[in-house]
Amino acid sequence: MATELAPRQAPVESPPAPPARRIWRHGWLYLMVLPGLAYFLIFRYWPMYGLTIAFKDYLPFLGYSGSPWVGLKHFEELLTGPDFARIMVNTLILALLTLLFVFPAPIVVAVLLNEVRHSVLKRSVQSLIYIPHFLSWTIVASLTYVLFSVDYGVIAQAIHAVVGGRPVDYVAQEAWFRPIIVLQSLWKQTGWGTIVYLAALAGVDTQLYEAARVDGAGRWRQFWHITLPGIRPALVVMAVLTSGQLLDTGFEQIWLMTTSLNRSVADVFDTYVYQVGITQGGYSYATAVGLFKAVIGVLLIFGTNWLAKRLGERGLY
Amino acid sequence: MGRGSKVFDVLNAVFLLGLGAITVLPLLYVLAGSFASESEIESRHFFLWPEKFVTTTYDYIFGTDTFLRALLTTVAVTAVGTLIQVALTLTMAYPLSKSYLPGRTLALNLVIFTLVFSGGMIPTYLVVRDLGLLDSYWALVLPLAINPFYLIIVKTFFQALPEALEEAARIDGAGDLTVFLRIVLPLSKPVIATFSLFYAVAIWNDYTSPLLYLSDSHKWTLQMLVRQLTAPDADSANVLESLQGYAFPEQGVKFAVIVIATVPILLFYPFLQKHFAKGVLIGSVKE
Repeated sequence: MATELAPRQAPVESPPAPPARRIWRHGWLYLMVLPGLAYFLIFRYWPMYGLTIAFKDYLPFLGYSGSPWVGLKHFEELLTGPDFARIMVNTLILALLTLLFVFPAPIVVAVLLNEVRHSVLKRSVQSLIYIPHFLSWTIVASLTYVLFSVDYGVIAQAIHAVVGGRPVDYVAQEAWFRPIIVLQSLWKQTGWGTIVYLAALAGVDTQLYEAARVDGAGRWRQFWHITLPGIRPALVVMAVLTSGQLLDTGFEQIWLMTTSLNRSVADVFDTYVYQVGITQGGYSYATAVGLFKAVIGVLLIFGTNWLAKRLGERGLY
Repeated sequence: MGRGSKVFDVLNAVFLLGLGAITVLPLLYVLAGSFASESEIESRHFFLWPEKFVTTTYDYIFGTDTFLRALLTTVAVTAVGTLIQVALTLTMAYPLSKSYLPGRTLALNLVIFTLVFSGGMIPTYLVVRDLGLLDSYWALVLPLAINPFYLIIVKTFFQALPEALEEAARIDGAGDLTVFLRIVLPLSKPVIATFSLFYAVAIWNDYTSPLLYLSDSHKWTLQMLVRQLTAPDADSANVLESLQGYAFPEQGVKFAVIVIATVPILLFYPFLQKHFAKGVLIGSVKE
């Protein structure tokens, strides 16, 4: 450039004006933020204030502040009540099954997809397996009922044709409740879950693979020594996140698969809150149940993160 | 490459194609079944093409007021709701992207905290009730009006826009509002498209909100109707009013409502995929 650089013009924003002036000058920005802020205060923070009714006997005509305090009464009722053991066990079993089957599935599929060299094949499979993520739980539940129904369900019939014996009513029997929930979760979420791991896999340095090939490492050893360490940070983050949601069994999925016949295995915290709160109107007790679950969830996420850090991983925060 | 490696490639391809097939076959079967006669659904096993292509099921359900009302309601709530939610998200995200605004950090922390903790089902229900929104369509839109994740992603996107463009407009005398409407929004079309789709899918698919907040069966959305027609103890002939001179296609109705509730999502799916594949949703949350 031929011309001498002119002295820089003072930027519009500097020197920093006093806050009051800056607020006035950006009045429009504050107006714009108001509706959103109102949303958060009304629909996110007001309910948090509403959590106080977990420690009260809430009566609608007395309101939040007028209802009498009862301390930990509702929590004691939950912990000593007849429903607690069943709900806790059901929730924990579903959580365990999720950890065992639903959590690893996307990792396996992502690794397998990553091994595919044929990009059309890879992208077609991806396009197909992402679809169910966008379908509602209502659709998934309805599909399950249609496909597994004892009368005309094609899957039920196919199993019957192979196994023989008496036809099984899969959607009504207690014994089949958990397998069906796991199958639904696998069908709906595995494909979508691969995205995180595929992103991590794409980030692995390809030079490492070349170097390993030069050293004579086969695909299995490349996987073991390069791919797996490459996705480990993503894996740890997902494990910590999943553990925080262990007790979130997903209200819609469970509720839609709950029938009068499978209550003993289907009732979990989320659906129990709905039943005792909305159906029976026990607002305070149901709020206490929800709060109990939420607190355990937060503890789990801190606990797992602490554990991950102790094991030398980076963790979530 | 060794022979073992070749064998692995083939097996892998077969496995993955099988996975893709398991994913879509149920949907294709239900689609085929919705165009088959009652007797065909009952007599034939798995099929992907009806022997005799009939539209009696669709004729039936489109002939009932219950179904048409649910469909129109859902379309209207989804359209209006998406508009409101996207507008709220954009207008809140833009000021939050300006680090020089006093109070911005506080507002941002207020948003982030809701990612970790929420009041839960019952307290939220009570707020909706106290606001007099029970049995109102607003209850399907307002309680979920802003998804904090989306808000933060949009905010991060705004932050990444070149400041020079906005500066140039300001030197020309444009105020904050003009900059937002004339410069920022036109640059954000892909992001707006993406989150419109995500919000729309969420409203369309929502079952919990209508279950919690709508007790009047005349106000049911499509998802509620699908549920009422396919539940194992469903009395589907009574959910849809019976039509004079038609036999009630009990199985076919289940197939057809599933198809109708799914097809709009599948129509938008290519657009959804185009955007999320670019990683719009991943990795952009951290500042």
